[in-house]
Amino acid sequence: MIIGLNHYLAVSAILFGLGLTCILVRRDALLILMGLEMNLNAANLALVAFSRFGHGATGQVLTFFVIAIAAAEVAIGLAIVVALFRKKKSIHVNDFKTLRG
Amino acid sequence: MTAVDSLFLFFSLALILSALMVIVSPNAVASALYLVLVFVFTAGLYILLQAFFLAVLQILVYAGAIMVLFLFVIMLLDMREPCRWWSRNLPALVGGPLMGLAFGATVWATLKRTTWPEVAPESLFRGDLVQVMTPVFTRFLLPVEIAGLLLLVATIGVVVLTRREGPS
Repeated sequence: MIIGLNHYLAVSAILFGLGLTCILVRRDALLILMGLEMNLNAANLALVAFSRFGHGATGQVLTFFVIAIAAAEVAIGLAIVVALFRKKKSIHVNDFKTLRG
Repeated sequence: MTAVDSLFLFFSLALILSALMVIVSPNAVASALYLVLVFVFTAGLYILLQAFFLAVLQILVYAGAIMVLFLFVIMLLDMREPCRWWSRNLPALVGGPLMGLAFGATVWATLKRTTWPEVAPESLFRGDLVQVMTPVFTRFLLPVEIAGLLLLVATIGVVVLTRREGPS
């Protein structure tokens, strides 16, 4: 068996599906952020695989940007979770029903 | 089966298993630690894809910085009771895995139909540092600046969001 592009893409798709499941199943704001990280990771894996088998550096450069954006996104997300926890004493997303702060 | 193949199998199976454990684990700290495993095994797959710089970056940024941030917030929030997420949550419990499976099936069908151009083993891309970082600072210079600005905005945003409003 020769490991090719399709194998890596399959692993990436499975990881993305698991991240999506995590986002949908868990009602915990922290776990939703973790599922989001898994999704970004799956996209990164697909990009690196394309870069390897399409012999170009662009995929890896894009992965570099995705990692930077993920760091910014998770910092903001966790700050929002902390602010919501101060307000509502809960991080269960079903408790956040109003738009009013 | 060569060593690379067995390493690929090991890394991908361990990756999928840890991702599953992130979902089913009732304890947020355990989920975060399983997420560290997911990142480490992804870094292993990057090494198999000869993306050594990105593997190091993955360990440093994800497994180092982002997960420490997650663990800090978990301990800051100080949740006492274990999260019993499987109770009173039937629509999500059924619909979530169904959505994941539907997505996986769609990708699977697409992969079955697609044939990629064959690449000779000697012309596969090897991502050493010079080859990866040269486009970052030449062709993609403007996006790099925008990403830097975005990180600055995120830093200021976090400070503003978590500021306590006191009487002072």
